[in-house]
Amino acid sequence: MSTLPLSQIVDALARGDTTPSKLAAESFERIAKLDGKLHSFLRLTEAEAHKAAKASDARRAAGKPLSPLDGVPIALKDLFCMDGVETTAGSKILQGYKPPYDATVVRKLKEAGAVIVGKLNMDEFAMGSSTENSAYGPTMNPWDLSRTPGGSSGGSAAAVAARLVPGTLGTDTGGSIRQPAALVGCAGLKPTYGRVSRYGVVAFASSLDQVGPLAQGSRGVAMLLQAIAGHDDNDQTSSPRPVPDYAASFAKGVRGLKLGVPREFFGEGLDPEVEKSVRAGIDKLKGLGCEVRDISLPNSPHAIATYYIVATAEASSNLARYDGIRFGHRAKGGANLLELYEKTRAEGFGNEVKRRIMLGTYALSAGYFDAYYLRAQKVRALIRRDFLQAFAEVDAVIGPTSPTTAFKLG
Amino acid sequence: MAIDRAQVRHVARLARLALSSEDEERFALQLQNVLGYIERLQQVDVSGVEALSFAGDAEGGLPLREDVPKPCLPREKVLAQAPQADEQAFLVPRILE
Repeated sequence: MSTLPLSQIVDALARGDTTPSKLAAESFERIAKLDGKLHSFLRLTEAEAHKAAKASDARRAAGKPLSPLDGVPIALKDLFCMDGVETTAGSKILQGYKPPYDATVVRKLKEAGAVIVGKLNMDEFAMGSSTENSAYGPTMNPWDLSRTPGGSSGGSAAAVAARLVPGTLGTDTGGSIRQPAALVGCAGLKPTYGRVSRYGVVAFASSLDQVGPLAQGSRGVAMLLQAIAGHDDNDQTSSPRPVPDYAASFAKGVRGLKLGVPREFFGEGLDPEVEKSVRAGIDKLKGLGCEVRDISLPNSPHAIATYYIVATAEASSNLARYDGIRFGHRAKGGANLLELYEKTRAEGFGNEVKRRIMLGTYALSAGYFDAYYLRAQKVRALIRRDFLQAFAEVDAVIGPTSPTTAFKLG
Repeated sequence: MAIDRAQVRHVARLARLALSSEDEERFALQLQNVLGYIERLQQVDVSGVEALSFAGDAEGGLPLREDVPKPCLPREKVLAQAPQADEQAFLVPRILE
């Protein structure tokens, strides 16, 4: 039963066809059987999960569930703070760190009755697209163990694709939910910036980071988003706009939707097989009554260079907090404070993280700020303008998420 | 654009990262490559464009919360995560001689 899509598990729980404790036990059994090969989990929270499942059993038996998700097993990318549960962000520098509080999304999931079963592997500080930058070793793609599940939310995607859990949370800064979801073949959503609180989420690049769900189908994704979306007093960038009823939008279907196909997304480097599948998908939507038109996002070729500056600059600032003073790793034998900082960070961060901190620090340093950071922020305004113009014409933009299928590890 | 090892050392100091000699060499090369790629942004016409620093819901408005005291995290719980602390504070190496 625990291998069904999330929306069907929700229905089965509502009908009383299964219980939260049974689901949790099935999920742990499957993890024990399969995750030795996949390495999607960094740790399990079995004791907490069994306790939460039991409490959920009682609420379900009394006919008083906290929400449709009450009793559904969920797992979290290892950058969501969970009170008393080790949270590493895939880094050695946070090894052993047990946050003293819950992230807002974790609190909301608990308040919805979800049963949190463990923490999932990721590229260190969400920097990467294969999980190979995790300090704890890579995750394997469940469809082909020699290939990557993508990243940085690779553990979140692999666990869903292998049906270890019906739903997971990830984060997306430059594709870190969308790309792994595409490479394992599950649904993943990067919500609009501001839709979900980031309080208690280990920060990478604050003007880009967003929390989002992964599940086997879009209904499951919508149910998870419903539980985590909304304004939070502890995250001033979270939007005060009311949260719509996402489930209700499924009743409307797609007929009459106007879809824009950006020609820049079908350029050089796109695998012909991926293009064929995406075009087939677009034709399917046409058949369901969507109106499809070609559009242009002329500044999209600048997106990667812009991202590289904005994301690394913000990361260099965000990661300054890992100094060996308040939490996490501290190097031994620093003769003075400066040496303590430098040694701690040299020992705690992996190569990719150091590379990005160096680039970001360079881009923000005296004499280079205008040429790099300020210019990237202006190009970013142009990229945004392209999308605003497109959305004046179409309801949605459609295209390939990744130019290739899952690549080999190593 | 060439990046030399002195520049790498300067940036590493700003970033509070101790680098080995190998690191210095590797980062000099890597920085140079990435900056070479990013050079392309210099070709984009950005005259009259305002920098976009906030990507969020500016039209939705970002209300400030009421300035009222709320309980903070318990001190002993926070200090328990520090590599070195006493009962009241984080401990660091001596900073004044």
